[in-house]
Amino acid sequence: MSAIPQNPPAASASAPASSVTTVNTKLDVRALDFFYGQFQAIRNVSIRIPEHQVTAFIGPSGCGKSTLLRTFNRMFEIYPEQRARGQVIVDGEDILSSRKDVALIRAKIGMVFQKPTPFPMSIFENIAFGIRLYEKLSKAEMQARVEGCLRQAALWDEVKDKLQQTGTSLSGGQQQRLCIARAVAIKPEIVLLDEPCSALDPISTAKVEEMIEELKTDYTVVIVTHNMQQAARVSDKTAFMYMGELIEFGDTEKIFTKPEKKQTEDYITGRFG
Amino acid sequence: MKASEAARDAQPIAATADKNSAGPRARISADFLFRNLSAAVAMLVAISLLGILIALWREGWEALHHFGWRFLVSTSWNPVSEHFGALVFIVGTLISSAIALVIAVPVSFGIALFISEMAPRWLRNPVSAAIELLAAIPSIIYGMWGLLVFAPWFSNFEPWINDHLGALPGIGLLFQGPPMGIGMLSAGIVLGIMIIPFIAAIMRDVFLITPAPLKESAYAMGATKWEVARKVILPYTRTAVTGGIFLGLGRALGETMAVTFIIGNANNLSASLLMPGSSIASVIANEFTEATTHLYKSALLALGLILFVITFIVLVLAKLLLLRLDRMEGRKA
Repeated sequence: MSAIPQNPPAASASAPASSVTTVNTKLDVRALDFFYGQFQAIRNVSIRIPEHQVTAFIGPSGCGKSTLLRTFNRMFEIYPEQRARGQVIVDGEDILSSRKDVALIRAKIGMVFQKPTPFPMSIFENIAFGIRLYEKLSKAEMQARVEGCLRQAALWDEVKDKLQQTGTSLSGGQQQRLCIARAVAIKPEIVLLDEPCSALDPISTAKVEEMIEELKTDYTVVIVTHNMQQAARVSDKTAFMYMGELIEFGDTEKIFTKPEKKQTEDYITGRFG
Repeated sequence: MKASEAARDAQPIAATADKNSAGPRARISADFLFRNLSAAVAMLVAISLLGILIALWREGWEALHHFGWRFLVSTSWNPVSEHFGALVFIVGTLISSAIALVIAVPVSFGIALFISEMAPRWLRNPVSAAIELLAAIPSIIYGMWGLLVFAPWFSNFEPWINDHLGALPGIGLLFQGPPMGIGMLSAGIVLGIMIIPFIAAIMRDVFLITPAPLKESAYAMGATKWEVARKVILPYTRTAVTGGIFLGLGRALGETMAVTFIIGNANNLSASLLMPGSSIASVIANEFTEATTHLYKSALLALGLILFVITFIVLVLAKLLLLRLDRMEGRKA
């Protein structure tokens, strides 16, 4: 399969025209190393992820892009043999060394996974679950809030008559949109998407990509994807990773048309990967 | 039916194939044999179950016929006057098993959660192995340990239980009695320890196969380990967990040796859990060799039939509970 986007990707046309316009850095990664036991999966990665934009991470399998994503919300911590070294600064605070309750950090940073993971509960409860962790709402407030989240995910019309049915009764694409709605229900500031469309059909993928486009007005979006066309379509910035290192990072349009590094060019033209 | 069709279809193929013509036919008849063999083994279980039921019914019929429904509700058990009633033992069985579950379920949940979610990898296997070893200890060892070690030790706490829990209005009745160490509560506790390995092993296995992304999604929302366990892992695995609990309950209901040692073997009904009692299995074990008359022996076998039925009812209730849970999840009003 050739992955050469011959024409400049359409989505990036709507991206900020120049990188000179001041954009706040939302996520500042400094000299990050990551280890699975003895194996070093990420080597000295530094990157500044801009606020209210979509940043895509691309690269061949095993290049460390998903691993990197998992350091942003300290997800790796639930596995004792994994550890990170370096800094991940969000709003001036290094979340890796923060002594704050990890739950409060994760509340600011939502995450959606490769396969849809609806919780074993009703559609309504799937959304309400996260909200209940942080807020005490009356029944009516909760109803309104859940409806709002489902509308945002363009899922309301499809599920409004079966809110009490289990989340797994939905189709794969609907489940994934439910998961995105669930992640943003707790009002995070950053949304991490780990190959959110890899298990979906093209129509569901298009719907999810539409959602991503809308998400960036309220959130900073970071997406890991295998699909280069997808990166080209949805992202403003693209980072290319290879063998645990960040090879190149820049405006999506530039990465896909005139990459600076030979490795990046080889990858996006399909010469390896 | 499918096998015979396959065999018929295979005939012409086997005939036309010039070399190795016995090959496919031999394979199909081997498959046929295997199919029937496994069916026969499966049937064997059903047949022995039915056989036991019929034997218990036949042998217990005399007592059941003689006392009628009063056999179930009478508390008197008098071999001398040949007056037999099962209520003391039914209640003893149910209560000791209930105590066992109250103890074993939360402890097993904690153990399984620790192994699957919290323990570092190197600790996982030793702890798991220790739990499984608990299951390998013969029940008579539990009985002796209960009688010789646990009961004397536990009797030290009974005055405290008397003074504090026994003084409570209402439920205080459950906790009054002499500090003997043996009795319904002790039997329930020892039973609880005995069934922990069964429940914990099943919970651990199903917790470990709960998909990591599902747990991570909940962690990613800032849920604590407890919230993930309670709201995500437990609902996800509840069929298997319920199965494990009822497996443990089944064992507790039928456990004989350990209970006989420690329950106290008193043939009377007492409100207090500190008082000695009896269970169906323990009374059968104690008195079977002494049952000299037909009616006496028949009464003991009728008790066995009742235990059989209780276990069956427990299993049916478990199935109904799961059905109800499924329906509630499917569409709640």
